[in-house]
Amino acid sequence: MSLLEIKNLHVKVDNHEILKGIDLKVNAGEVHSVMGPNGSGKSTLAHALMGRPGTTVTAGSITIDGTELAGLPSWRRARAGLYLALQHPIEVPGVRLAAVLTEALRETAGDADRVATSLDAEADAIGFDRRFLDRALNVDLSGGERKRNEILQMGVLRPRFAVLDEIDSGLDIDALRSVARRIELATSEWGLGVLAVTHFRRLLQELRADRVHVMVGGRIVAEGGPELADELDTSGYGAYSA
Amino acid sequence: MSTNVNTIQDLADREYKWGFVTQVEEERVPKGLNEDIIRVISAKKNEPEFMLQWRLRAYRHWVSLEKAQAEPKWANVRYGPIDYQEIVYYSAPKQKPGLTSLEELDPEILRTYEKLGIPLEEQKHLAGVAVDAVFDSVSVATTFKEKLAELGIVFCSFSEAVQKHPDLVQKYLGSVVPYSDNFFAALNAAVFTDGSFVYVPKGVRCPMELSTYFRINAANTGQFERTLIVADEGSYVSYLEGCTAPIRDENQVHAAVVELIALDNAQIKYSTVQNWYPGDKEGKGGIYNFVTKRGKCLGANSKISWTQVETGSAITWKYPSCILQGENSVGEFYSVALTNNYQQADTGTKMIHIGKNTRSTIVAKGISAGHGQNTYRGQVKIMKGATGARNYTQCDSLLIGDKCGAHTFPYIEVRNSTARMEHEASTSKIGEDQLFYLRQRGLKAEDAVSMIVNGFCKRVFRELPMEFAVEAQKLLGVSLEGSVG
Repeated sequence: MSLLEIKNLHVKVDNHEILKGIDLKVNAGEVHSVMGPNGSGKSTLAHALMGRPGTTVTAGSITIDGTELAGLPSWRRARAGLYLALQHPIEVPGVRLAAVLTEALRETAGDADRVATSLDAEADAIGFDRRFLDRALNVDLSGGERKRNEILQMGVLRPRFAVLDEIDSGLDIDALRSVARRIELATSEWGLGVLAVTHFRRLLQELRADRVHVMVGGRIVAEGGPELADELDTSGYGAYSA
Repeated sequence: MSTNVNTIQDLADREYKWGFVTQVEEERVPKGLNEDIIRVISAKKNEPEFMLQWRLRAYRHWVSLEKAQAEPKWANVRYGPIDYQEIVYYSAPKQKPGLTSLEELDPEILRTYEKLGIPLEEQKHLAGVAVDAVFDSVSVATTFKEKLAELGIVFCSFSEAVQKHPDLVQKYLGSVVPYSDNFFAALNAAVFTDGSFVYVPKGVRCPMELSTYFRINAANTGQFERTLIVADEGSYVSYLEGCTAPIRDENQVHAAVVELIALDNAQIKYSTVQNWYPGDKEGKGGIYNFVTKRGKCLGANSKISWTQVETGSAITWKYPSCILQGENSVGEFYSVALTNNYQQADTGTKMIHIGKNTRSTIVAKGISAGHGQNTYRGQVKIMKGATGARNYTQCDSLLIGDKCGAHTFPYIEVRNSTARMEHEASTSKIGEDQLFYLRQRGLKAEDAVSMIVNGFCKRVFRELPMEFAVEAQKLLGVSLEGSVG
């Protein structure tokens, strides 16, 4: 059973401490949600896990099954089994989706035929138009299509843990539903562990979370089962002001 | 503590790996330019009188241009004044006269080309490529000459052509780029020392790629070579040139002229992979590449295609062009120009439509990184008689980082109302975000950069001969390393 473990994580951005000691454990097959108001550090957490330039880990650790990820280049973290679905996936002109995934899987399952087959299947699973598969990455795709594209790539790459940064934003309710179904299926299909960062409960109405963590001011201030999300929906984050 | 720093900056700046100097005994003329120097060069090459006279006319024209300060200033590049009297106009490795086989060639020179990946021994060479090797001012070896001669194809150094085929040289030299064309063309005509000559006879399809490999080795010299390719009726030839130079702190001038002539139903494909020393990261040193390349589609249904991958040189000033004179003739220009660090490129093409139903295609891709400045300059001219002429132009710029620049100057002049013109242009920017996006999917930084760049250049690389397309891709990757800051 795989384990993503975050211990006492401190992260600076532009020399300001944004994360002030985060502890989280995600087991294989579990869905965790990190909720919090704007500016609480949710996206910084997602980015720091993947090593985005500009985020600096000043203390603490990020491990998958004991392997330290902090300090590794992003591509190594990806190959160690971590996946980040971005809040704002951007266009990469001239680069085809299949080429990226084939390259990313080169050392494991990187055969172009397999990638193509799996792309078709994943596209169908979440209602992503197959014609878009031949385009350059995200070029001329709407915001919602780009979000689906993130989940589609996750399905092909089959990471051990996926960090979803505001995956619900930009998706209409039908799209959100099919994306949530795909994620749920992945948790049983290959034991995907999920860390979903969001500030609305909307996502959690479709994607059942095993644990909910409330983040305010760069700290986890409350934890609980799915019912915690309902409470937040009525009381807001005010009760937790840092 | 760990820091996720700007990983692109972390990429090692790989050095220009062609920057070594070969120790050979050289024979050079005193620096500076005057009529005596031109007479010396002409005498060294044992040229017939018409050549000397042509050189002198060119020289006098150049002097008048210099007096009038007519060195072209319109290009979007900046450099200090060039002292043309400080340049050495002839430098050649000392060798035995009348060299007949490679065994007699200085082993140091052989090794130089080995190191550059251009072995001159035929058995070792890339299958299907004949090479003319130009070292500083002279051609040092030409491979596969006999095999080509069996088909009547002439492929030799320009000097040899002047001796053995003076009639052809006299007929076509300066017929596409007259010495009066521009400042650098006049300079080249006065002092050019060697280059390649190709003649493909009627109806012959040249069975191998012909290529010239230009190497600047000596210090303080300029390289002025001249290439002339004549494709007779119904013939076909594909020609490729490559260029490298040692790392030096001072700038060196390279002012070449290339003339192509395609007669009825003939086709010439001319590809360039230009990798002159680009200068260092601070913009010190590097080659000034001031080149005039032009082809004339003289015959009906003839075709000339230029494909260039320009990654080197401190400054590139170059507009491979086509004069589409024959009816139904076709001109093509496919270009990738890359500027990194402090490189500047002002490059593009001219398509002059004279004949009926002439067609031209322009695909120009400019990549700017570091502090590089990249300019596309193109002219499409439809003359009165060019009924039914068509042009398609596509001009794309890719910016890597935020300190570089891309500029586009398309000129279109139409004097015949039946002409059909299409022009497409785009600019895109690759930043850390795109690179991060690919890296966090599991791609190494250098693979991410090369994937983006190769995707951008695909349309042009398709036009290159196979082996060189692979080389060009690698070259772009190396030239871009450490490019985003």
